Amino acid sequence: MSSLYEQLGGEAAINAAVDVFYRKMLADDRVAPFFDTVDMDRQRAKQVGFLTMVTGGPNSYSGQDMRAGHKHLLEKGLNDTHVDIVIEHLGATLKELGVGDEQIQQVAALANSVRDDVLSR
Amino acid sequence: MPTICYGDVSVTLNESETVLEALIRAGINTPHSCRVGACHSCLVRAVSGSPPPASQKGLKASLVQKGYFLACTAQLEADLVVGPAAADDVSVSGRILTVESLSKTVFLVRVQLNGSFEFKAGQFINLVRSDGLVRSYSVASLPNGQGQIELHVREIPGGRMSGWLCRGEALGASIEVRGPAGDCFYLGYADENLLLVGAGTGLAPLLGISRDAIRAGHQGRLVVYHGGLDERGLYLTDELRRLDDTHDFLTYEPCVLRGDAKPGLHVGPIDQIVLDQHSELADWRIYLCGDPDLVLGLRKKLYLAGANLSRIHADAFLSAPS
Ligand SMILES: Cc1cc2nc3c(=O)[nH]c(=O)nc-3n(C[C@H](O)[C@H](O)[C@H](O)COP(=O)(O)OP(=O)(O)OC[C@H]3O[C@@H](n4cnc5c(N)ncnc54)[C@H](O)[C@@H]3O)c2cc1C
Ligand code: HEM
Ligand code: FES
Repeated sequence: MSSLYEQLGGEAAINAAVDVFYRKMLADDRVAPFFDTVDMDRQRAKQVGFLTMVTGGPNSYSGQDMRAGHKHLLEKGLNDTHVDIVIEHLGATLKELGVGDEQIQQVAALANSVRDDVLSR
Repeated sequence: MPTICYGDVSVTLNESETVLEALIRAGINTPHSCRVGACHSCLVRAVSGSPPPASQKGLKASLVQKGYFLACTAQLEADLVVGPAAADDVSVSGRILTVESLSKTVFLVRVQLNGSFEFKAGQFINLVRSDGLVRSYSVASLPNGQGQIELHVREIPGGRMSGWLCRGEALGASIEVRGPAGDCFYLGYADENLLLVGAGTGLAPLLGISRDAIRAGHQGRLVVYHGGLDERGLYLTDELRRLDDTHDFLTYEPCVLRGDAKPGLHVGPIDQIVLDQHSELADWRIYLCGDPDLVLGLRKKLYLAGANLSRIHADAFLSAPS
């Protein structure tokens, strides 16, 4: 079966989705401080990586990368609540794009599976 | 951890240390200012080995090709041999030609360049003083064929470069000019709608962009919002009103935080004024310049309001951390 990434329409679709997702993150004061930096373009580009990964698109992130990539955020207090919020905004983003509930569940499960890596446990 | 060699000094980087931090720790005098990749004053060159791509973001292709990178944003994964920027690659010599007052605190500094220097109005350059002090300023003027550039410099109390420039001590002094850099300039798409927002000397690049748009015969709209704390914080108001009167496509919107409202003057926070006046932003190209809090805050607000991030060009005038 093709991945949700392909079903959504690949790179172009992810590029549209990332604005919906990144706006949700920036508008939510509980997580915005993690995403609000001098270099917004770079930050947005990294969220393309995030969406590609959790929708099963081509990526080469390892658990180790996820640990290294979020380590500096742990110092700012990153915890389970933030992961829940990210998964919630991810679901809402996909819903807006017309993705069905079952597939949203799958994406959420994939994101959840790296929770321990993201939180360096 | 990777090691950098600089001349006959070698330094091993500490965990998450940047090349700039390591060079300073090793006692190597490396010019720098903002420390976050905004001002380009920490430009150095990889003599051998390749610098991380992230540290070459925003550099001209010719510099990237020669191995230049920004020391303050470079975290290394492999060893690197580093050397200073070569004057021929990155700079021309020049002289401070005139200094005129535009308001109580803002001065028009005209620099005479001694060689060819390609730039677009609105980009910024770095002035390197003979003692090595480097600071960034945006160019308000168009290339004029005589090698002169115009800068708007605000006198900062206790400011080393701005004080030297604005108090007139710099008049006639030799100076090195590096650059240009930055993507706040007119792109030449004549039909686009352009939204220009700046406070204080953030007007310099916005005026440069406006002048370039006029020169190119711009067809779309161009709206300039210039903010000051009060009316004394605004400058070149007559010139901007004249541009507004003589060019149908151009609108000048002065804004003050404090003062009495009157026709042709907005009172209130400039970011709120802009957001109130512009609700359809997806197709606008947006330029934001000046005070970092305003620029970075407004970029986020405009993006959340629907602006396209790849069409927002922002130069935050970040100063050296004290
Ligand atoms: C891309 C870019 C473009 C720029 N363009 C312009 C421009 O067109 N015109 C212009 O005038 N400046 C511009 N700047 C800012 C400029 O580069 C210097 O930071 C500024 O002139 C102060 O330098 P200084 O050596 O006089 O002050 P410093 O000697 O570096 O600072 C003296 C003290 O003043 C504080 N300080 C510095 N700046 C400010 C400030 N703005 N408000 C309050 N306190 C401050 C410092 O923290 C320090 O304590 C730009 C900066 C960047 C990064
Ligand atoms: C739910 C599980 C998560 C997954 C699968 C995930 C995945 C990713 C991926 C793939 C990247 C891109 C890395 C790169 O390209 O370098 C990334 C970056 C990032 N993530 Fe996550 N992430 C998760 C949770 C979170 C949470 C909870 C936060 C904070 C609220 C967060 C904040 C960030 C930030 C700020 C970046 C950019 C880092 C930087 O600036 O270097 N992530 N994430
Ligand atoms: S760009 Fe490196 S110090 Fe400003």
